[in-house]
Amino acid sequence: MRVQIRYFASLREGRGASEESRETSSATPEELYRELQEAFGLPLPWACLRVAVNGEFADGCHLLQDSDEVTFIPPVAGG
Amino acid sequence: MFQITAEPLESLSPPGGRSHVGGIVEFTGLVRDVNEGRGVSLLEYEAYESLAMKEGERILAEARAKFPIEDAWCVHRVGKLSIGDLAIRVWVAAGHRAETFDACRFIVDEVKARVPIWKKEHYRDGDSGWIGVEEPRA
Repeated sequence: MRVQIRYFASLREGRGASEESRETSSATPEELYRELQEAFGLPLPWACLRVAVNGEFADGCHLLQDSDEVTFIPPVAGG
Repeated sequence: MFQITAEPLESLSPPGGRSHVGGIVEFTGLVRDVNEGRGVSLLEYEAYESLAMKEGERILAEARAKFPIEDAWCVHRVGKLSIGDLAIRVWVAAGHRAETFDACRFIVDEVKARVPIWKKEHYRDGDSGWIGVEEPRA
């Protein structure tokens, strides 16, 4: 399947892109992140991230579907 | 209402016209020139805007459910900010003062912890870093 991936803040800088489309066999956001870490050496460990699928917070074990938009959310620091 | 804007927050004021409001508390967050002992020259805020708006509205709804308040508003700045610029403003209106302080603190704490907004500090020594992310030490 093909998914759309969005990056923000330190992940955006680490990847050198704010979004990309990727063909993957990863079934969940966690698997997908580990695949991306392997491929691109992303700067943050999975344990400190949250994830959103199609614009809403989701679990790392959420089952991905074709054309899902997956956003990895680094530790937030608003205010 | 929760808003995210790249425009300065300095000239904003809370909506008025509520006859049973007896008090409004405001929290204003400003850009500080020092963090953990390092001189800061500039801040950049970045937001995942659509999700930040949803989560921000959820926090305001939680505050209205949890505290006996009339209304609450929050606006957060994004983009490049200089020292002394306003980064966040929260207003809470209620019939009496005690709940306005409690609700305002709740909103600020929850926004900091939950809303997908990130802050990059640029230091006077030329270095920079995203807050909340441990940098590997050389």
